Amino acid sequence: MNELIAEAIATAGKAIGAGLCMGIGAIGPGVGEGNAVSKALEGMARQPEAAGTLRSTMIMGCAIAETTGIYSLLIAFLILFVL
Amino acid sequence: MDLSVTGAFIYFTIPVFGGIPITQTTVSSFLVAVGLIVLSLVIGRKLKKRPDGWQVLVEKGVGMLYDMVEQTMGKHNLRWAPLIGTVFLSSLCGSLIGLTGFLRSSTADLSCVMVWALAVSAICWYNGIKYNGFFGWLKGFTKPIAVMTPMNVISEIAQPVSMAFRHFGNVAGGGVITGILYLALSMLSAKILGLIAKSGVAVAIMLLALGIALLLYRKLKHSKRKLTLILGVLSAVLGLFGLLEVTGVLKGVPVLSFGIPALLSCYFDLFSGFVQAYVFTLLTMVYIGNSCPEPEQGAQE
Repeated sequence: MNELIAEAIATAGKAIGAGLCMGIGAIGPGVGEGNAVSKALEGMARQPEAAGTLRSTMIMGCAIAETTGIYSLLIAFLILFVL
Repeated sequence: MDLSVTGAFIYFTIPVFGGIPITQTTVSSFLVAVGLIVLSLVIGRKLKKRPDGWQVLVEKGVGMLYDMVEQTMGKHNLRWAPLIGTVFLSSLCGSLIGLTGFLRSSTADLSCVMVWALAVSAICWYNGIKYNGFFGWLKGFTKPIAVMTPMNVISEIAQPVSMAFRHFGNVAGGGVITGILYLALSMLSAKILGLIAKSGVAVAIMLLALGIALLLYRKLKHSKRKLTLILGVLSAVLGLFGLLEVTGVLKGVPVLSFGIPALLSCYFDLFSGFVQAYVFTLLTMVYIGNSCPEPEQGAQE
């Protein structure tokens, strides 16, 4: 019986851990990318003819800002599927 | 949860040097390489003065590549353009090959992407040593002040690790999330259709009839019409699928999981594949560009 309980606790721990890991890990990139996009929009509003380069640099910046989010996603998957 | 998240499946192992495993990633990356080589040979064979068809497209692409390399790395680094183009194409085709269904995208495997990242770092170290001499390169680590050495060493190691994990995380993570969505939708459709099937054929037919009635009923005020349309479509679809489920035609087929995950894979596989290839290539250019200074500068140091 207590193996069952141990199993249940382990699964619960994994679920909570993965949830927290991804949840908290998503805050940083969210704020960072929001900032980047808002500044890019301001730039585009001020200079519409530079919209092309602004957009590609913004996308590239957002992709790099996403790295920490992707790290926490990978760790969450490791917790869920490998641990 | 019976979702099986597996790495690259090993087809067989070559029993030399203690068994070299041939995995799905090896197969798809070889296919990408052979495909690109054959494509470039075919297009490169009959180059015409007045380009037409494929050649126009390829010339535009190569032109864009050289402009980007010149803009990012400087005129003296144009010799790296073929390498940059190869990295971009193999990363892009590596990610998109997963869309063929039976092949696994080669970039969804850390071993493939980490090799590229380490190769880029090795090129940077080689250039660093070539231009500044071995000790000059080592001295470079204590550039601003000696205290910064551990930080510089860590940032040197973090460079390939972050490039590899960013690309791998996006492509592989997207695949896992799409897999989870498939599982959730098939569970959902099993629950709903099972419910209708359990409650008998009559309910399914009645639901279908209700749906069709709602769709045909036109005399409502404008505000009510949208609601009845949605309800009508919903009940008609559920009734139809319930009917098929009950009569055994669609026994156990996860009907709801058609279509919807395709939207997700449009983002994860297409958009993210392009963006990750672009980011990986741009970082390669920036890193190699930093390690190859201007010829005059190189002479002075």
